[in-house]
Amino acid sequence: MDFPFELLINAVIAGVLLGGFYIAVTVGISIAFGMLDIVNIAHPAFIILGSYLAYILNSRLGIDPVLVGLLMLPVFYALGAAVYQVYYLSFEKRGQEALRGLAFFFGILFITEVALILVFGVDYRYVEASYIGPAAHFAFIDLPYRMLIPCVLALAMFAALQLYLGRTFVGRAIMAVAQDQGALSLMAANPIRIKRIAFGISIATAAMAGAFLIIIQPVEPSVGREYIGRVFAICVLGGLGSLPGTVIGAMLLGIVESITATFYGPSWAPAVAFGFLLLTLAFRPAGILGR
Amino acid sequence: MQSRTFILAVLAVAAACFAAAQLVSNDYLFFAGYTVLQFIVLATAWNILGGYCGYVNFGSAAFFALGAYSTVFFHKTFQMPIPLLILVGGLVSGIVGLGMGYLTLRLRGSFFAIATLALAVVLQTLIVNWDYVGGSRGAYIIRPNTISIVGREVPYIEYLFFLMLALAVVAIITARTVERSRLGFGFATIRDDELAAEASGVPTLRLKLIATTLSGALMGMAGAPFPYYIGFLQPQSAFALDYAVNSIAMPMIGGTGSWIGPLVGAILLGTIQQVATVTISSAVNVLIVGVLLVAFVIIAPNGLVGLVQDLMRKKSR
Repeated sequence: MDFPFELLINAVIAGVLLGGFYIAVTVGISIAFGMLDIVNIAHPAFIILGSYLAYILNSRLGIDPVLVGLLMLPVFYALGAAVYQVYYLSFEKRGQEALRGLAFFFGILFITEVALILVFGVDYRYVEASYIGPAAHFAFIDLPYRMLIPCVLALAMFAALQLYLGRTFVGRAIMAVAQDQGALSLMAANPIRIKRIAFGISIATAAMAGAFLIIIQPVEPSVGREYIGRVFAICVLGGLGSLPGTVIGAMLLGIVESITATFYGPSWAPAVAFGFLLLTLAFRPAGILGR
Repeated sequence: MQSRTFILAVLAVAAACFAAAQLVSNDYLFFAGYTVLQFIVLATAWNILGGYCGYVNFGSAAFFALGAYSTVFFHKTFQMPIPLLILVGGLVSGIVGLGMGYLTLRLRGSFFAIATLALAVVLQTLIVNWDYVGGSRGAYIIRPNTISIVGREVPYIEYLFFLMLALAVVAIITARTVERSRLGFGFATIRDDELAAEASGVPTLRLKLIATTLSGALMGMAGAPFPYYIGFLQPQSAFALDYAVNSIAMPMIGGTGSWIGPLVGAILLGTIQQVATVTISSAVNVLIVGVLLVAFVIIAPNGLVGLVQDLMRKKSR
């Protein structure tokens, strides 16, 4: 049998598109875990919440899911800031974030999932938009719009975040809080306020990622669990706290998962992320672009 | 209390439980009791790593399911009595715990937590794709109605209940022994300040590996009889997030400092859930657990045991 060259190319391209979506999913974790050292394992739950909001507004009012994501940005930002405030007062201030902080986020993850199951059931939900379904074709290459649009928008969101973090005072303060909180307070910036803003941004990205997720695939409440391994694998693979590393990690994982799914079947894809995570932890815990 | 008196006391309580259950002799009581006992083992096992060392394991369901699936595997390959299967399940989960710990515990503590969370997803993927143990369709294990022990026919559920009771006794005695030994003091130094412990010559990595292995093995042992209990094992039921949440919530709500916290938490939450499943619905009862977990970690960081201790301290003043 000939080597299925066209299949491989298509798998790689699908992987790049998937990787773009993974950037949107992971960038929030890169900020929370990589920069603020907050192990927010509930991040995927916020993404699923974003998906369900997109589903509700899309099915009731017919609003485009991407638009819902944009509308939800301030709401999720406020939600994130509020969660951080609770986290700070209950755990960080008392120095108990390692054990109880983790249990706290785990509880949030679980409550969100069960609450969504109670309200919506375990049926798959999906959104309707004109770009879900058709695809662009170049020669033998398929570019489905439902993958292309999230990928392009995710890259745009990433670029905006990168500019914000690099060019503004608050953005630079967020980068600084990752390195030395004490030094930051000497620069007349309140590290708690900076962290609250950063965590708010981190959760706000989940609103967009949730909208992208439900454009790409139908969503049910426990889908989020599959993403926990993925987002942390990408984050660790790229290098903690490095946003460019996140892009590399996301693309790499997207491509490898897509190839695995094409040649071995989609039921094996979730194991790929974990394999990556373990190999990275075993051989290069600092990640590709880690300091 | 001396260790010997403690062991005798635990055995006496266990014997009393078994005798009381025999007197009532209602099958439902054995089924419900088995679940509560299983949670006692899981919560105690979790606490050895989580409460004593301060390392969070989110993958309790994975270790539990490993034990359950090793039973399915050996049930199909060679017939073995359940006590032996429990040992095998413990061995398999203990080895996986050791491997996970070796790869992740050299790094910051949160990596271990994340890796255990991912482990559950990946093991589930492997099981779903492994047809020999039933794959995604699940596997049937026909439970005999009775088993003859020293010439007497005993209903099978009573036999399972007895085994789980024995496991709970083993888990509690292990936890208390560890707590009061050099090992336990080593664990406490890791929890309180790992850097300082390492600097004063505590072999932290080795101690952490002992804790993950022990904790994983106990969870696997709790899972090994599960296929016989449930009769039909599916990946979704073996890897249910409920196990992970419960085995964290129970010690957190009871109190993580000593062996008594997980025991109190497991009995309390386990009983509430059994009642809520019958009276309300099973989805609502897991929601209760989640809400209680979040409420307790925020309001009462030392759990019920901590609350009682605070109360007694205030009174004595």
